[in-house]
Amino acid sequence: MMRLPPFLYLAPRSVREALSMIAGEGPQASFVAGGTDLYPNMKRRHQTPKTLVALRRLRELRGVRRLPGGGLRIGPMATLTSLEAEAPVRRDRPALFDAIRSISTPILRNMGTIGGNLLLDTRCNYYDQSYEWRRAINFCMKCEGETCWVAPGSERCLAVQSSDSAPILCALGARVRLKGPRSEREIPLEDLYQEDGIRYLKKEPDELLSDILLPPVDGVRASYKKLRRREAFDFPVLGVGAALRFEGETVREARIFLGAVSSSPVRATEAEALLVGKALTDESIAAAADRAYSVARPLDNTDFEYAWRKKMARVFVRDALHAVRSPAEGREADRRRDPA
Amino acid sequence: MSPVSRKKPSRRKVHVELRVNGEAQEVAFPPHKTLLEVLREELGLTGTKHGCELGECGTCTVLIDGEPILSCLALALECEGREVTTVEGLAGPDGPHPLQTAFADLNAAQCGYCTPGFLCAAKALLDRRKKPTRGEIREALSGNLCRCTGYLKIFEAVERASAILRGEEVGPIDGNGRP
Repeated sequence: MMRLPPFLYLAPRSVREALSMIAGEGPQASFVAGGTDLYPNMKRRHQTPKTLVALRRLRELRGVRRLPGGGLRIGPMATLTSLEAEAPVRRDRPALFDAIRSISTPILRNMGTIGGNLLLDTRCNYYDQSYEWRRAINFCMKCEGETCWVAPGSERCLAVQSSDSAPILCALGARVRLKGPRSEREIPLEDLYQEDGIRYLKKEPDELLSDILLPPVDGVRASYKKLRRREAFDFPVLGVGAALRFEGETVREARIFLGAVSSSPVRATEAEALLVGKALTDESIAAAADRAYSVARPLDNTDFEYAWRKKMARVFVRDALHAVRSPAEGREADRRRDPA
Repeated sequence: MSPVSRKKPSRRKVHVELRVNGEAQEVAFPPHKTLLEVLREELGLTGTKHGCELGECGTCTVLIDGEPILSCLALALECEGREVTTVEGLAGPDGPHPLQTAFADLNAAQCGYCTPGFLCAAKALLDRRKKPTRGEIREALSGNLCRCTGYLKIFEAVERASAILRGEEVGPIDGNGRP
């Protein structure tokens, strides 16, 4: 039986108390939200925090609230299942709803939180293995070893950003608030991530993700498309979040983020530029998909052959943009890719 | 729940009152014990199975306040004050739950290892939806793996149980689980 390593369990009753506990316990402590990512990691001894500061009692971190002006505040401790029932998600931001529904399974979504999904540990075929398996290859750079087995010459860890909510929330222009023991800051979600499979977050260990803030919908239409082996279950090996703001037929702003092709969500800036200032036509969609293909640089460390995953970036960006143009086109594209 | 806020003694046991299958139970265990471990090893409720233990297979599914969760990824101490239902709690005073009867009648259990998880996940669905569609059943059970791959029988058994619960007549079945 795979068991958790022992730890000291703390259950603060306020954010302020949580911050003082984490500061008091030092770097050996970790926050825990739903536990669906951290506990498997602890069972495989990727992480062995000496203290867990459990956030589950903190009401102030839960719930969804409409903000004046049409924005939305999502509490990071909201379970994924609870968000599926929220009208500002389900009805007003269907792309976010789709991304959430694509995370793991309904049972896991009863436990997992949106904040936990944003902060999800990066994944890799050489990392997401049992302790014994990893010891047999003398471990890897991300945990206890020195070499990156994906590319032994690599100076950095190449583990893969695998959150479904990250690409779509980045595309929707989400911001996050981080509270530390002494100060707090608010940053664009995309600035939370960095290109390093080990230090994949710019969040300090004693900082708490306290708010996820979304701008008003305001003419934005969006979609999320996800590639994985088993539709019922798996992490993404490619995720495309696309959000376009229209004025009439004209695209005024475009944001496209690719997930699972790197250690952080990758913005397809040049592809976006090809869409702005004109109507969304088959030609502009094809051109943007071509350009997005060039920024997708998946490596041989997840499911599926990586060269094929790169090819699929073009297909999934194309299909995501068709889905933005009309949901019916999006469904048609899904059927074409997967007739079953 | 008693907050465990002493320094160091992380192996020290916490005393928790759990409500399992309608009965209050006093249990003592260290804070790092999962609900799965406490159910099986402290309470002797071995109906809940341990499979992958990483949240991937669903065989350890139990209900917390009526909603399915994975007991391998839940800390037992966080379940204090909540209603835990395991496969042992599905049967009523009048006998097995209609899901259990339907699973048995239709041979929806082959090796049976995944069955407790499927039963709990299906019960949560039938408590919520009087007449779920096949699509809704597939979705609700998509976190439960059956490596004998008997999914079709499982879906049919859930539909049959749903009909029984609605008070509808269900047809007879032969000895091979065929209607």
